[in-house]
Amino acid sequence: MATAEPERLMDGETMIINLGPQHPSTHGVLRVRLELDGERVVHAEPVIGYLHTGFEKTAESLTYQQCNTITDRLDYLAPMTNNLAYVLAVEKLMNLEVPKRAQYIRVLFAELTRVASHLVWLGTHVMDLGAMSLFFYTMREREVILDLIEAVAGVRMNPSYFRVGGLAYDLPDGFHDKVRDLIKDFPRWMKSYRNLFEGNPLINERLEGIAVLTQEQALDWSVTGPNLRGSGLPLDLRKDEPYSAYDEFDFKVCTRTEGDAYARFWVRVDEIYESMKIIEQALEKITPHGPYTTADRKVALPPREEIYGNMEALIHQFKLVTAGFPVPRGEVYQGVEGPRGEMGFYIVSDGGPKPYRWRARTPSFYNLQTMPILCKDGLVADVITAIGSIDIMLGDVDK
Amino acid sequence: MNHNDPEILDRLDARFPGTLERVPSVDQPTILVSKDMILALFEQIKNAEGYRLCLDVAAVDNFPALPRFELVYHLYHPTKFARLRVKSRVGVDEEMPSATGIWPGTNWPEREAFDLFGIRFTGHPQLTRIYLPEDWEGHPLRKDYPLTGNRVD
Repeated sequence: MATAEPERLMDGETMIINLGPQHPSTHGVLRVRLELDGERVVHAEPVIGYLHTGFEKTAESLTYQQCNTITDRLDYLAPMTNNLAYVLAVEKLMNLEVPKRAQYIRVLFAELTRVASHLVWLGTHVMDLGAMSLFFYTMREREVILDLIEAVAGVRMNPSYFRVGGLAYDLPDGFHDKVRDLIKDFPRWMKSYRNLFEGNPLINERLEGIAVLTQEQALDWSVTGPNLRGSGLPLDLRKDEPYSAYDEFDFKVCTRTEGDAYARFWVRVDEIYESMKIIEQALEKITPHGPYTTADRKVALPPREEIYGNMEALIHQFKLVTAGFPVPRGEVYQGVEGPRGEMGFYIVSDGGPKPYRWRARTPSFYNLQTMPILCKDGLVADVITAIGSIDIMLGDVDK
Repeated sequence: MNHNDPEILDRLDARFPGTLERVPSVDQPTILVSKDMILALFEQIKNAEGYRLCLDVAAVDNFPALPRFELVYHLYHPTKFARLRVKSRVGVDEEMPSATGIWPGTNWPEREAFDLFGIRFTGHPQLTRIYLPEDWEGHPLRKDYPLTGNRVD
């Protein structure tokens, strides 16, 4: 949270202004310390830590299955991708096989949360640029996706639906129809949004050539996800290192070469369409009934009906819930393509039921580092564009 | 599915004989190297081998083992999609060479390791606390730091 006082500030030529931490366009509690020469930005330094809650410390005192609830709270606009990265990491360390059907359901929800997250970004980003109305539409449509999450997990945010070994519950009745309705309505939503921003000179002029990030800079600063693809590098973990059966899906990686806010804007808008394509394919692959979690009783809870009639099952349930399951000694890293970039978990196990070290590689933390480059020599008003265009999530930054 | 390149370990071994220790791992090639060698190794990995992206710098507290801390660098090759993990150990009174000269993106994670573990980095442009207030006492992610304490308002 601390900032150093550069020496050049002593000559009185520039002034310091704080943007945030209570500013609506900083998308949370980000404080940007702006050094200004008139209306030009000399230096923009993000000051973070206002939302720091010590997730990594907390996780060390929880069992592997309980840690899942913490991952929800990192990037709370895309909880399912965080869940996915975490459970894949633990499953890799345990060498655990997950049923295909559960993998498809995971893909479906990872993409649904990506769409939900991009819709929030689209609404808030365009609102930052001065167009209020789109925000209400995108939030309204995001509700439809939250309804689907509520239908499977019982809650709208922080679902923890993915568990180590599979999923928490099976899909409810009528789930397929609800998703089909969403797929049917989707082109109409997108058309109504695009009517509001596509070709709009007010939006375009505030995005084109603003907050440029070259490919070299993006790689130097460990930028991933749509921000890197906006700079022309088609890096997408879903394609490059397919996890959770992503190799069975047909979609394309969206890139733009300009590296400015406009490029990143269109990469994300195009990604929404690609995600919907994946959702459609995943829905075809998911059978209404079937296994949703691993059969390995060392990890999965026994079915309810067995607990009431079988002593062994009752003991198992009790042990798994109170003590958790042991994970073999070792270390593992697993990254997945989140809406904001590579969301990864590095887990060190000492062989016990709780992680020895639980490290989240959160994309926004790295992406936000580029703020001084994005804002350098720009106008104060463009700082707002820069923050919106790299799509940060403060829960992700501050951990 | 991964595209990791285990042969990189042989090439690095040939370049830095006798300094790298291979660590068995379930997911990606892993090496342990002394902290005095690490910058030369990183130069080689980034410029000659093309691991252009440093995805993450994680610190691990191995208390009470000595040296106490382990720094874990996750590196990525953006066209071959290969991963590499480099680890190095540093004691509580020692300083770790900063990798910011090679991958500028390690700036914040190194500050984070300084803030939450108290690991000092030489050559870091701005080694200050990143999450916690300047006057915070202690380093929360150390194993001897309590999980709960008195509330601070």
